[in-house]
Amino acid sequence: MDRRKSLKALAVGTISAGVFVEACKNGKDKNALVSKDTDAGGKKFGYDRQPEEIERYNEVTAKTFFTGHELATITVIGDIIIPRDEVSGSASDAKVPEFIEFIVKDMPQHQVPMRGGLRWIDMQCFKRFEKSFVDCSEEQRITMIDEIAWPKKAKPEMAAGVSFFNLIRNLTATGFYTSEIGVKDIGYMGNRPNQWKGVPPEVLQQYNLAYDERELNETVKFD
Amino acid sequence: MAAYILAKEGLKVCLIEAGPMYDPKKNVTQLKNPWESPRRGASTRFRPFGDFDASYWGWQIDGEPYTHKDNTKWDWWRTRMIGGRTNHWGRISLRFGPKDFKRRSIDGLGDDWPITYEDVKPYYDKVDRLIGIFGSIEGLDNEPDGIFLPPPKPRLHELMIKKAATTAGVKVIPSRLSILTTALKDNQDRGSCFFCSQCNRGCTVYADFSSSSVLVNPAIKTGNVDVLTNAMAREVLTDTNGLATGVSYVNKEDMQEYQVMGRTVIVAASACESARLLLNSKSARHPNGLANDSNVVGKYLHDSTGAAMGGILPQLFDRKRYNEDGVGGLHVYSPWWMDNKKLDFPRGYHIEYWGGMGQPAYGFGFGMENLNGKYLVKGKQKEAGGYGKSLKEDYRYFYGAGVGMAGRGEAIAYESNYCEIDPTIVDKYGIPVLRFHVKWSQHEINQAKHMKETFKEIMHNMGAIVTWGDNGPEDDYGLEDPGKIIHEAGTVRMGSDRKKSSLNKWSQAHDCKNLFVVDGAQFVSQADKNITWTILALSMRASEHIVSEMKQQNL
Repeated sequence: MDRRKSLKALAVGTISAGVFVEACKNGKDKNALVSKDTDAGGKKFGYDRQPEEIERYNEVTAKTFFTGHELATITVIGDIIIPRDEVSGSASDAKVPEFIEFIVKDMPQHQVPMRGGLRWIDMQCFKRFEKSFVDCSEEQRITMIDEIAWPKKAKPEMAAGVSFFNLIRNLTATGFYTSEIGVKDIGYMGNRPNQWKGVPPEVLQQYNLAYDERELNETVKFD
Repeated sequence: MAAYILAKEGLKVCLIEAGPMYDPKKNVTQLKNPWESPRRGASTRFRPFGDFDASYWGWQIDGEPYTHKDNTKWDWWRTRMIGGRTNHWGRISLRFGPKDFKRRSIDGLGDDWPITYEDVKPYYDKVDRLIGIFGSIEGLDNEPDGIFLPPPKPRLHELMIKKAATTAGVKVIPSRLSILTTALKDNQDRGSCFFCSQCNRGCTVYADFSSSSVLVNPAIKTGNVDVLTNAMAREVLTDTNGLATGVSYVNKEDMQEYQVMGRTVIVAASACESARLLLNSKSARHPNGLANDSNVVGKYLHDSTGAAMGGILPQLFDRKRYNEDGVGGLHVYSPWWMDNKKLDFPRGYHIEYWGGMGQPAYGFGFGMENLNGKYLVKGKQKEAGGYGKSLKEDYRYFYGAGVGMAGRGEAIAYESNYCEIDPTIVDKYGIPVLRFHVKWSQHEINQAKHMKETFKEIMHNMGAIVTWGDNGPEDDYGLEDPGKIIHEAGTVRMGSDRKKSSLNKWSQAHDCKNLFVVDGAQFVSQADKNITWTILALSMRASEHIVSEMKQQNL
């Protein structure tokens, strides 16, 4: 067959011309086609990963993005946003700075706004207090944060700081409420095998709702 | 489905898959906590629906581009793994109704199918029994009931939606999902649902439907199936008579070319990928590509329409906590309830709903400055934004109050919407790629407008505040770009006129009798019903036909 000749020609120089098999017809191809273990990263990650994802993870984590000073600033601001309270710990207790370091490498669109915002806040502090943000007293830090934490009442010249604080508030909150401490704090009670028996009766009562006959009789029941 | 039916009948089958092997029991992301993902479940280009989603790849695949013509838009979803996109889909399993097979007779647009609901009904019944689906008997005229397992009770926000929608004249009924709320009769391989709401991650006990766990695994067990993974099909091979003889593919692991020979070739690579394979299968007998004497392969490409709206329910602020995960997806939905004769668009849509106390993931808490200054928190007016203990109180206060809805509607299948081979671009395997040309018509835009009006009324009736999705004519009422809903169909359609269709009513090529196409490509139109259940029914029907034709020596 001419066609097969031309295919063979293509293969020369890579492995060998002898690898062509008619797979299902003669079943000789088994060795050539053993699939890679797709769960290669399973042990390291604890969940299913593709080789490309493992490569991406290794690439991202091989680099360090924030300087020590930047990370210290993120930590201080993070704990101002999410401090320890009577319910749960702080952002740094939940390792939020480590999350932010990872996520800006994984989502490069955050890199310039974060780095620039950290620089912006330091420059503001130098002008006001002749110190970087982390070197300021607690009182000075809060004075600075109060200038940028309230979008509606912030002065127009603070707009860049407001944008930065909105971003770091978002990343800190997301990092915190997706941590073990944060999920417990927010009260998410799922992600475990259970039986869905419907809305608890006292909640139905609170909202003055009730299941109708069909919803009671025709839905799934458990022993 | 085809591999399953044929292998069960004792035929030898070779299943060719472009991605790796996948089994949700072994490749687990289910029941993982958000902190186990370094990106907290955020999406990546490898998993666009989130770091725990089961789908390998999605909108883009490294080294496998696609292009667009005339600045048109088409987002093409491709999953590369055993079971394909059935590993992450919404499990919404709706039968087409009698009207859905003869839309041209009703509104003069598109074409009628060469088959009717009565032709497909026995296969829907068999699919229901084989795979399992929950739902409720409603007796609606174009939403045929199936053989249902009991549905789950509505969640709290779903009860509120039901009340509000019913007031607006929109019917709300239990959803119809292929999830085993109770054990499936005569099936020892699959467990029943334990209500973690994570079907899109794949189910370790096979309580939901994915081809990988429910069809491919038992097919392999018969001993009649060889599975070739990481095998990228290049073309369907034909002999001098124009009959299919096999498939040529690239083994991605050694980058060598291989051929598989067989009596019959069945294509089910997803609508656009199937069209691509056939268009790339040129020969002296089929100079235009295989199954393409009619020149319709690639044409009539259409996706569901989609438009959505989200908001918050103030009555759910500061709500009591409990586990309301439920099944993976909605417990109630709204089938199309109106008569198009009274409307300025020809086809219907159904509504899907969401809300409640979901698992936190990347993006949780974003935009609090837009919420906490607007609504009283525990009776106090606060300044927007902020930090500290007061801010932590706000996150707790607003958690679980979100609600939303989306329409999924029927678009008209037009000849002018198509995918074709881009003459200048090949992928990394040297296979010519697809170029898309798809545009919405005014029909779809008017339908999106109607969706938004309906959503607003439902939101208003339950006292919800709309926070996004209140689009106007400037952006076509938020109508999603075509392709986005991932219900592509129509590219290798069936029909009784071989000049206007590729396949006959048995999913068999008019111009190549031992070639069958059994995915969404064969659809003439796709109703407003997610297409999976009909793909399964038609694939089963075609497979049984193949067996019968082989017994009669016709194949």
